[in-house]
Amino acid sequence: MTRCTSTLTGHTEAILQVCFSPDGSKLATASGDKTVRLWDLLTETPIATLTGHTNWVQCVAWSANMSYLVSGSMDNTVRVWDPKTGKNLGNALKGHNDAVTSISFEPMHKNINCTVRVWDATLRKLIFGLSQHTAAVMAVKWGGEDVIYTASRDKSIKLWDSKEGKLIRTLNGHAHWINHIALTTDLVLRSGPFEPNSGIIGVPLKFSSAQEAFNKATERYQAHIKANSEKLVSCSDDFTLFLWDGLSSKKPITRMTGHQQLVNNVCFSPDGRYLASAGFDKSVKLWDGKTGKFLTTLRGHVGAVYQVAFSPDSRLLISSSKDSTCKIWDLKTFKLKNDLPGHSDEVFAVDWCPMGWGGGSGGKDKCLKIWKC
Amino acid sequence: MTCLKSCMSSPNECNAALRKCTISILIDSTKLLCCQITSYCSLLSLSSRIFPLKPQNEYIEESIKKHGRRMDHDEKKRKKEAREVHTKAAMAQKLHGLKAKLYNKKRHAEKIQMKKTIKMHEERNNKHKADDKPVSEGAVPTYLLDRENQTRAKVLSNMIKQKRKEKAGKWSVPLPKVKGLEEAEVFKVMKTGKKQSKQWKRLITKATFVGEGFTRKPPKYERFIRPMAMRYKKAHVTHPELAATFCLPILSVKKNPNSPLYTQLGVMTKGTIIEVNVSELGLVTQSGKVVWGKYAQITNNPENDGCINAVLLV
Repeated sequence: MTRCTSTLTGHTEAILQVCFSPDGSKLATASGDKTVRLWDLLTETPIATLTGHTNWVQCVAWSANMSYLVSGSMDNTVRVWDPKTGKNLGNALKGHNDAVTSISFEPMHKNINCTVRVWDATLRKLIFGLSQHTAAVMAVKWGGEDVIYTASRDKSIKLWDSKEGKLIRTLNGHAHWINHIALTTDLVLRSGPFEPNSGIIGVPLKFSSAQEAFNKATERYQAHIKANSEKLVSCSDDFTLFLWDGLSSKKPITRMTGHQQLVNNVCFSPDGRYLASAGFDKSVKLWDGKTGKFLTTLRGHVGAVYQVAFSPDSRLLISSSKDSTCKIWDLKTFKLKNDLPGHSDEVFAVDWCPMGWGGGSGGKDKCLKIWKC
Repeated sequence: MTCLKSCMSSPNECNAALRKCTISILIDSTKLLCCQITSYCSLLSLSSRIFPLKPQNEYIEESIKKHGRRMDHDEKKRKKEAREVHTKAAMAQKLHGLKAKLYNKKRHAEKIQMKKTIKMHEERNNKHKADDKPVSEGAVPTYLLDRENQTRAKVLSNMIKQKRKEKAGKWSVPLPKVKGLEEAEVFKVMKTGKKQSKQWKRLITKATFVGEGFTRKPPKYERFIRPMAMRYKKAHVTHPELAATFCLPILSVKKNPNSPLYTQLGVMTKGTIIEVNVSELGLVTQSGKVVWGKYAQITNNPENDGCINAVLLV
């Protein structure tokens, strides 16, 4: 990614999350102006403005089969949208008693319909509630092996059985708030049946039937899980990261120290070889994804680094920062590859298209920027 | 007496002892009072128990306690309250002159107060929906929620605009107008020469900034003398958006509005624009570079105050 192909304005408040659709044809942005906007990536134009929330929209997520878009907001509700029409499906899903901070979908290889299950700071409603955390839940991930991972500001990670909602295990170790967790299977679960680099930019892939897509998703997941078992990494306010094999043991594989400020975001490379963490100490650190060994520090940002994302081919890494830039890092040389200036204020969210042709970023300056190679 | 002493020493047994004591006093008080009682306080407390002291003039309450109220008390009270508006209205109509004026003013104030209270109660009673809360400005992502919210310095809005302004040497400044400075005020004439007859040397009486690598001219030829005591290297710069003050090194004097000569000499008076080193503030340009030098305007009279206060021009 070297250039900004378009700057899309429309939001009237800061963009809080940017999320590409699994097939890379659409992009959803959640914003502080109470709306979610959908953007078409072929023409780089807006498709729809999804209004309904009454407070900041904090998170947005696509189902792997592209049939639902879900957004969670500070108004304690979750809304489900039809990405084709931009209509709200049903009413707002109430049940949370505080802001919705994170949303996760059931992986497609397990369930062909991709049922929506709702999450929140403390409660999951509709199907069952998971309420053992004593502080706000910051991240939730639905793993490939019928396990739901939740990480909370109460310093613990909990693993739940996704069928019955029973607690399987609690992973303790962090000494302060946990900010984010990442799975090795993140990308493969998110993109479902859509193979990276398989389509033309912005043109949605078509599957003849839902069954075919389901088979494809299962196949992709099986191939991935054969190469890497599902591992979990968590980052925290205590300046450390923990690598866990939560499925088999309560003990962490390693504790990764080195950051000098809190670690805000963490991400596995799709092939599982690397692990990148973004810290408020203005650095991105790279670790070995299998052992957790420290590899290198990527310095260059002059403000706190907010988010990191890997390209689907695991060759590049993008980071967004408070200093109003995004930076692309080359994983072969561990050097800065490209600097992407352009935002006029802090960049809160960055995402790499699961198809691999580019990325998008949004921040406090209310603009969405699309970056392409 | 022993009994009294014991009650002083152990407060637990106090009551029982006192009871006994009172009996003995009642029997023969004169005898007891003749005895030497060491603690005056204990005697007082003792006597208050024996002859309870009552506050005066509470006979009404006392009577109510004893006999209760009249049968029709509540009814009368209710009726009186109900009639009160009528009496008040009648009063308002009857009064004239200054008394009417005062009375009406008082009623007016009372009515306003009443309306306000009613409104307040109404507001409290109706149920607000949770989403009636106004959406606050400055949305932040989840990971920044509940973090200590430092006000962030905005990234420089427009570099081109800034450059253009720089070129023109015009800034929109907090102090647009400054008092003119006469040369006589800034420069003190120094008499030199063997007979003190030459008058071409000038001593600068204002605060000055002298660059890092500056070397003085040989004293013989130095026309303008900038005294060491009035030289400054640092300024207290306030960031108007952060509302915080930092002690920053001065880089140069950009413009003294009074005269280009002062600018050249580095004279710092009120309203002078100086360039300060803001690298420690962590401001960034749009391209993500750290801003190094930034302009600030001096807001005090450094020659009087002995320090330099300035406002950053954002």
